Amino acid sequence: MAAPKDLRFTKTHEWLRRDGDVVTIGISDHAQNELGDITYVELPEPGDAVSRNEPFGVVESVKAASDVFAPVDGEVVERNESVVEAPDLVNRSPYEQAWLLKIRLNDPDQVDLLMDAPAYDVYAETAKH
Amino acid sequence: MSESQEPNAAALGEGAGEPLRTTPLRDRHAALGARLVPFAGWEMPVQYAGIMAEHRAVRGAAGLFDLGHMGQVEVSGPDALAYLQAVTTNDVAALAPGKAQYSLLPNERGGVIDDVIVYRRPDGDGYMVVVNASNRDKDVAWLLRHRGLRPDLDVAVEDRSDRTGMIAIQGPKAAAIVGRLTEAKLAAIGDFAWAGGSVAGVPAMIARTGYTGEDGFEFYTARDRVGDLWDALLEAGDDDGLMPVGLGARDTLRLEARMPLYGNELADDIGPLEAGLGWAVKLDKGPFVGRDAIAAMKETGPPRRTVGFRCVERGGSPRSHFPVLAGGREIGRVTSGAMSPTLGHNIGLALIEQDAAGVGKPLAIDIRGRPVAAVQVKTPFYKRARPETASGR
Repeated sequence: MAAPKDLRFTKTHEWLRRDGDVVTIGISDHAQNELGDITYVELPEPGDAVSRNEPFGVVESVKAASDVFAPVDGEVVERNESVVEAPDLVNRSPYEQAWLLKIRLNDPDQVDLLMDAPAYDVYAETAKH
Repeated sequence: MSESQEPNAAALGEGAGEPLRTTPLRDRHAALGARLVPFAGWEMPVQYAGIMAEHRAVRGAAGLFDLGHMGQVEVSGPDALAYLQAVTTNDVAALAPGKAQYSLLPNERGGVIDDVIVYRRPDGDGYMVVVNASNRDKDVAWLLRHRGLRPDLDVAVEDRSDRTGMIAIQGPKAAAIVGRLTEAKLAAIGDFAWAGGSVAGVPAMIARTGYTGEDGFEFYTARDRVGDLWDALLEAGDDDGLMPVGLGARDTLRLEARMPLYGNELADDIGPLEAGLGWAVKLDKGPFVGRDAIAAMKETGPPRRTVGFRCVERGGSPRSHFPVLAGGREIGRVTSGAMSPTLGHNIGLALIEQDAAGVGKPLAIDIRGRPVAAVQVKTPFYKRARPETASGR
C-alpha cells in the first residue's frame, strides 16, 4: 500500500505523524511486510527519553528480532499497550491501530529531516530485494 | 527497523559471494509470491503467505516443500552395507529392503558431520543417503574420502544430487491428496518406508518420511520432472487447503516435533549423546568412525544434555546462541527457539550442563541482556494424534 500522505518516514522504515509538539510513531507497511508475522513488541515506558536514530525498542517476528529507531529526540508520553498485548496488530494495521509510541518532541525541526510519503514510497520500493 | 539477529547465520554464511544455486522450481516460487533468500548457498523460499499461515496449513491440512537443495548419495555394490556401517552410527544391517532409517555421519572425535536418512532400495540392491543442503559438499567429500580409505571394499559411492529432484508434502491431508494422483498403494508404505511408483505421471520414489512431525511423503524424481509433480500436487490439494511452505515454517515445524537441525542441535563438536540422539547410535554393531569416542562419552556420561524448555514470562523469543542461566550463572546456550505457532508460547532447545538438566527444573534465557524465566519440559513439544488403527501398514 502507498504510504499515507500525512506521515513522515525514516530510512529505517519507521513512520511519524505530528500533532503539535507530540508525534506518534510506528513502523511502515513495508517494514511489517518484510518482517512477516510479528510475535512480540518491546517498548519503553512513559517518561523514558528516546534519541534520534537510536534504537528504542524491539519488534520480533517468527524469524528474527529487529530494533526500531527513534525518528526524533524526545520523551515518551504514551505507549500503545494494545500492540504489546496483540503484536499481530502491527501486521494488520501498521499505520493506525499499531502505533507504538507518542513522543513529546525536543526539536520540531527534526521532523523536516524525514522523508515525505512519495519519497518513502520510492525508497521502500528500491529497498525490496 | 533493522534486523539484529538472523537465524542459521552459520548456514547462510557459507559460500557467500558465490552465485546462488537454484532448484528447478525457483521461478514457480517467485510466481507464487515467495520471498527468496540465500540459504546455504541456495536461493530458496523462506515464506509465501507467511510463516504462521504455512505452519498451520501443515498442522491442519497439508503443505508442499521444495527440497531441491538437499543432497542424494547413491551407495551400491556388494560391500555397500559394510561401507555404510563404517561411516554411519545407526545399524544399517537392521534396515530391511524398502525401509529408511535416521542416522548420523560421525567424525573421529565423536562429533557429528551431518544427520542423514539412509534408504535401502526396495529390491534390496543398494542404498540412498539423503544429506542436508548446508553440508552437501562436505558430506560428499567425506564419504568419498572414506571410500578411498577402504580399497578392500567393493562399493560405489556416487553423488546424484544434481540429477535428483526432491519435494515433500506433509500434513494430515497429504495421503488423500497424493492418493488422487497415483495408483501406488500408499497405505502399504509405512512410516520410514518407501516404494517406487508414478505420481501424476511422474516416475518417483515415494517415501513416507519428513521433517514436520506430520504424516506425509517425500518424493525423489528426475530433476527435470520435479516441476510437473509440484504443479500437479498444488492443483490436486487446492480444495484441501494445501499451501506451498518455505524454510521459515519448515524450521518451526521441525522444532515443535523436536527434530534436530544441523548447525543448531548438531555440530562437529556436539556428540550424538549430548544431542539426545543416542537412539540412533548402535555401539554394538561393529567398528565405525568415532565409535570409541562416543563409547567413552557413554561410559563417563555426557557432560552436556539437550533439553526442551518453554518460556513462562513475556520477553521475546529465545534464539540460537542465547545464553541459558541457572543459579545466576551461564550453564549453556539455546540451540533453537521460536514462538511456537501451534502452542502459542515461546519454546526452545538448549544444550546445558548435565547437572542442570531435568524436566520441571527452572532456567532463565538471556534475551537481550534480560533473564526471561523458563521451565524444562518434555519433548517433543508437539505430537500428532495418530489414528487408532494402523490402516494396513
